[in-house]
Amino acid sequence: MKYSIFSLAKAALSGHQGWTRAWRDPAPKSHYDVIIIGGGGHGLATAYFLANEYGIRNVAVLEKGWIGSGNAGRNTTIIRSNYGLPGNTGFYELSMKLWERMEQDLNYNAMVSQRGIINLYHSDAQRDAFARRGNTMRINGIDAELLDAVQIRKELPFLNYDSPRFPIMGGLMQRRGGTARHDAVVWGYARAADQRGVDIIQNCEVTGFVRDQNGKVTGVETSRGKISAGKVGMAVAGNTSRVAAMAGMKLPIESHVLQAFVTEAIKPLIPGVVTFGAGHFYISQSDKGGLVFGGDLDGYNSYAQRGNMPVVEDVCEGGMAVMPMIGRVRMLRQWGGIMDMSMDGTPIIDKTPIDGLYLNAGWCYGGFKATPASGLVFAHLLARDEPHPEAARFRLDRFRRGAMIDEKGQGAQPNLH
Amino acid sequence: MRIACPFCGERENGEFTYLGDASPKRPTFAVDSGESPERVEDAFYDYVYLRDNVAGFMREYWYHGGGCRSWLIAERNTVTHEFRSVTAAPGVGASKPVQAGE
Repeated sequence: MKYSIFSLAKAALSGHQGWTRAWRDPAPKSHYDVIIIGGGGHGLATAYFLANEYGIRNVAVLEKGWIGSGNAGRNTTIIRSNYGLPGNTGFYELSMKLWERMEQDLNYNAMVSQRGIINLYHSDAQRDAFARRGNTMRINGIDAELLDAVQIRKELPFLNYDSPRFPIMGGLMQRRGGTARHDAVVWGYARAADQRGVDIIQNCEVTGFVRDQNGKVTGVETSRGKISAGKVGMAVAGNTSRVAAMAGMKLPIESHVLQAFVTEAIKPLIPGVVTFGAGHFYISQSDKGGLVFGGDLDGYNSYAQRGNMPVVEDVCEGGMAVMPMIGRVRMLRQWGGIMDMSMDGTPIIDKTPIDGLYLNAGWCYGGFKATPASGLVFAHLLARDEPHPEAARFRLDRFRRGAMIDEKGQGAQPNLH
Repeated sequence: MRIACPFCGERENGEFTYLGDASPKRPTFAVDSGESPERVEDAFYDYVYLRDNVAGFMREYWYHGGGCRSWLIAERNTVTHEFRSVTAAPGVGASKPVQAGE
């Protein structure tokens, strides 16, 4: 069924009884050309691009729970491409371009809203760093505007400009950045992949890898039986180390918990996404009206999808510092997701040393915005056995080679990015 | 999450700073050990970058900066946040018995 204003009107006339399910619920076949482990945004996008761009349609996405039940449903829905380092800049802009046409490509309303993202700066040094990053973006054809406090005050009059400790001096604005509806991204890719022949198999946990006598991965053991595959791709950020350990691999990744928060709904207030440059705090307003915000990692290894109070306090302090009026709304919900923290803050999309096994991991806490490009470049890698040009630096061996992509400039530290 | 410091008792985890997995050991090679550069590089690559990233009980370093300022080793379940033990980290001053009058 193609979704359009006419299908909506038609369904409305029949009391919305005529909607068909958006994707099938197939039993696993005994063999697929490609198996993707992980039915989050990245895994489903990979399956979609494999079928749509690379003509590989005998594909299964295996998900241990329900699709989008991990970080795809736990993030703060921000999209942007304001990165400064070679490797990141082009990749995230590829992603932004895919966001801009996603809804047409998928025939699905993902509520992509380019409402702008501004990174505030609070010192001369920070201004210079932001100006440099903005210039890097512009040289690469990406929009960026350096605004001063007077300009920002017109758009965001409610911020705390005159804080004696961290006055807002200006900010770097990317107007093409914004938000998207995270669940709809999952559902849109699932539906579009399914329409192109991909089997989405939920409640199917991978419990091991099937290897041949040469060690090549030739399939997976799952809670729903053994399934053989030409190639197996992992897109299980948060649990990458656990799945990789089944294949005997040890990775430069730690799993950490990141919390996110939402307040009660209020009338439209914040036009875009705002990030505080003096603490770790960022905020936007959802279309339902809730203020969605977050901050730092809790800072310790965790696979529990919940965090602790010190970071709640820290994040709320950041919010009060930059936007004191936030103290007047009640916090409604708070939750945690498990981040695949790589050692340089940058993802890994590469073949593994094991034949037949491919890795898409290490998204730290920036995976959501990368969803479309991650799917495209991972599909390229799986289909062609060579990295996509825009992901050529996201190699697993870059740590050994000393070719880290350390956007924050803080070295081998998994809990800072 | 509350951490039972062996010196200060149970405190909220905001008083503590986390270092991470206590299992990686810095490789030691004697200057004239004759090890191949590749092996030394491998050992340091493993130490600096690779992690077991345990799901379950893990031995890890915590620093009680908001209390006794001791380095501690905790055994904590990364899946449930349950602590099994917290002891003074060996090799640091706080783990030695303190004599009266010192």
